[in-house]
Amino acid sequence: MEATATKLKLEIVTPFGSVFSDEVDEVVAAGSEGEFGVLPNHIPFLTTLKVGMLIYKKGSETGYFFVNWGYAEVGPDKVLILADSAEKSDHIDVQRALEAKKRAEERLKQAEKFDQARVTAALERAITRIQVAEKK
Amino acid sequence: MATLRDIKRRITAVKNTKQITKAMKMVAASKLRKAQTRMIEMRPYADKMNEVIAGMSGDGEGLHPLLVQRPRKTVEVVILTSDRGLCGAFNTNILKAAEKLIAKRKEENFNVSISVVGKKAFDYFKRRNIATRNSWVGISGKMSYSDVQKIANDIIDSYINETIDEVFLVYNKFRSVIAQETQVVRLLPLTASEGTEETTSASTVFIYEPSRQEIFNQLLPKNIEVQVYRALLESQASEEAARMTAMENATKNADEMISKLTLQYNKARQASITKELMDIVGGVEALKE
Repeated sequence: MEATATKLKLEIVTPFGSVFSDEVDEVVAAGSEGEFGVLPNHIPFLTTLKVGMLIYKKGSETGYFFVNWGYAEVGPDKVLILADSAEKSDHIDVQRALEAKKRAEERLKQAEKFDQARVTAALERAITRIQVAEKK
Repeated sequence: MATLRDIKRRITAVKNTKQITKAMKMVAASKLRKAQTRMIEMRPYADKMNEVIAGMSGDGEGLHPLLVQRPRKTVEVVILTSDRGLCGAFNTNILKAAEKLIAKRKEENFNVSISVVGKKAFDYFKRRNIATRNSWVGISGKMSYSDVQKIANDIIDSYINETIDEVFLVYNKFRSVIAQETQVVRLLPLTASEGTEETTSASTVFIYEPSRQEIFNQLLPKNIEVQVYRALLESQASEEAARMTAMENATKNADEMISKLTLQYNKARQASITKELMDIVGGVEALKE
């Protein structure tokens, strides 16, 4: 008989190092098919992540992360996030995000000059970063 | 016996060499620091990616071209060396390990194809008139992710169109500044049994979102990229570490040589002074008579 888990081991790893590793109670992340929440004893689940916010709850503490694409592997007692990049809400450079947003918005207006798909992606990243940064 | 001037000239030459080796050591040390940080940052990502792949590949037998098991005919050996020399036994060790692997596979009647990264391996096989399937020269030091993608895509494409049926990576793994370890890693095919000892996740069945096919299509090629990238980073850090050690030894040897030569120089100088004195004394004695 398998012991039931009461905690989730959340790990966020990027090509630039491990960003977070701790036992938490609940995780909410932005999957490519929509937001999903994970509590202990979740069924094994593998999904791609889009640009979005990741929220974890540990006791009374709540943490927010900006996650830029990646994969999530969910098991009964763990959540593993393999992201292209990830930043904790208080590590986000808001100034830079605001500038990136402005730049992207300007480029959106000059449709013929820039690759629209890339500009839209950049804009989405900037907006999400700002949203996450406001959460702390 | 060497004249004073000869010895003096040699001392100057050795001193110059020492300066060069010392500078190279310092350059290698700073490059090593950079390469090492990058490598250490990358390691957990690559390891975790491997775990995920090991966990899910057991559950997707044959679903993706990279997971298909087929009879092996051609074995590809990808060898990572440096572009530049003066790094001790770094390249020799790699090439020796590669030769051993190639010989073993040939004995088992496989065709062996070789891909090389780095000028040293390229020259090595060219000198021996052994054809290489592909080569990437001149990327070490200023390697970008698009280089990695080029290499990974070539491996993936060749595997999918069945030019090659098994892929090994041979590279130097960075243990510490003084110890690098030759690694032979099987990159393809991906099989559950080849993965890490994750028996719990290897037996689980996942829910996939979007579809399993979709995730495999994205994750499997990405994993090859990541593993190649990791190997390149390890190799780069090892190269700089090996160069640093080699240059430190060279500097030490130069020091030793300088002190030996200086001793010789002083002896010769003294001998010549003694000889001159004898001549003078001899002359004075002769005048007295």
